[in-house]
Amino acid sequence: MFYVASFSILISFVIVLVRLFLGPSLYDRVLALNAFGTLAVLMISVVGFLFGRPDFLDIALLYALLNFIGTIAILKFFRYKEIGDKKVLNRDKT
Amino acid sequence: MEYLSEIFSWIFIVLGSLLILVGSVGLIRLPDFWSRLHAASISDTGGVFFLILGMMLQASSIWIFLKLLAVGIFLFISSPTASHAIANAAYVTFGYTPKKETKK
Repeated sequence: MFYVASFSILISFVIVLVRLFLGPSLYDRVLALNAFGTLAVLMISVVGFLFGRPDFLDIALLYALLNFIGTIAILKFFRYKEIGDKKVLNRDKT
Repeated sequence: MEYLSEIFSWIFIVLGSLLILVGSVGLIRLPDFWSRLHAASISDTGGVFFLILGMMLQASSIWIFLKLLAVGIFLFISSPTASHAIANAAYVTFGYTPKKETKK
């Protein structure tokens, strides 16, 4: 039954990647990136259980920390560093 | 008792997989950014909660259980924080502009 979980996470990877490359604005892409990171944490845990090696949970925890820090860093850069430059921020807004 | 935890574990894992699929389909199908934020938070909270709970019932030792608990608690705190930061940055940047029509 872990095959069901890993297969559904795999399909979700593809769908989230489509939104990541297709997203109209920057924040759609950041949102898709955050969702991709969360799905990667779940995928590492499920694959660890699937192959009988639950030591993968350490890697999953590390990846969760890294994903959160990465998302917050990207958002803080675009929120505070270039807040006055509306031209750059609204460049690919539809 | 063995069978009961097994059955509940499979139910939780299938429910979590279903919620992840629903959230991802919503992420690509919904029309504007604010509704996509809602769809992403479904798979970030519901899917993570049920999958971690289902894997906790399958854990063979106490350390694996505690590691899964750590991953679950961290994701349960950090993903709403990240969603709030994304929503705040988007609101400051281009304001609240929902689409009126539902057609894509």
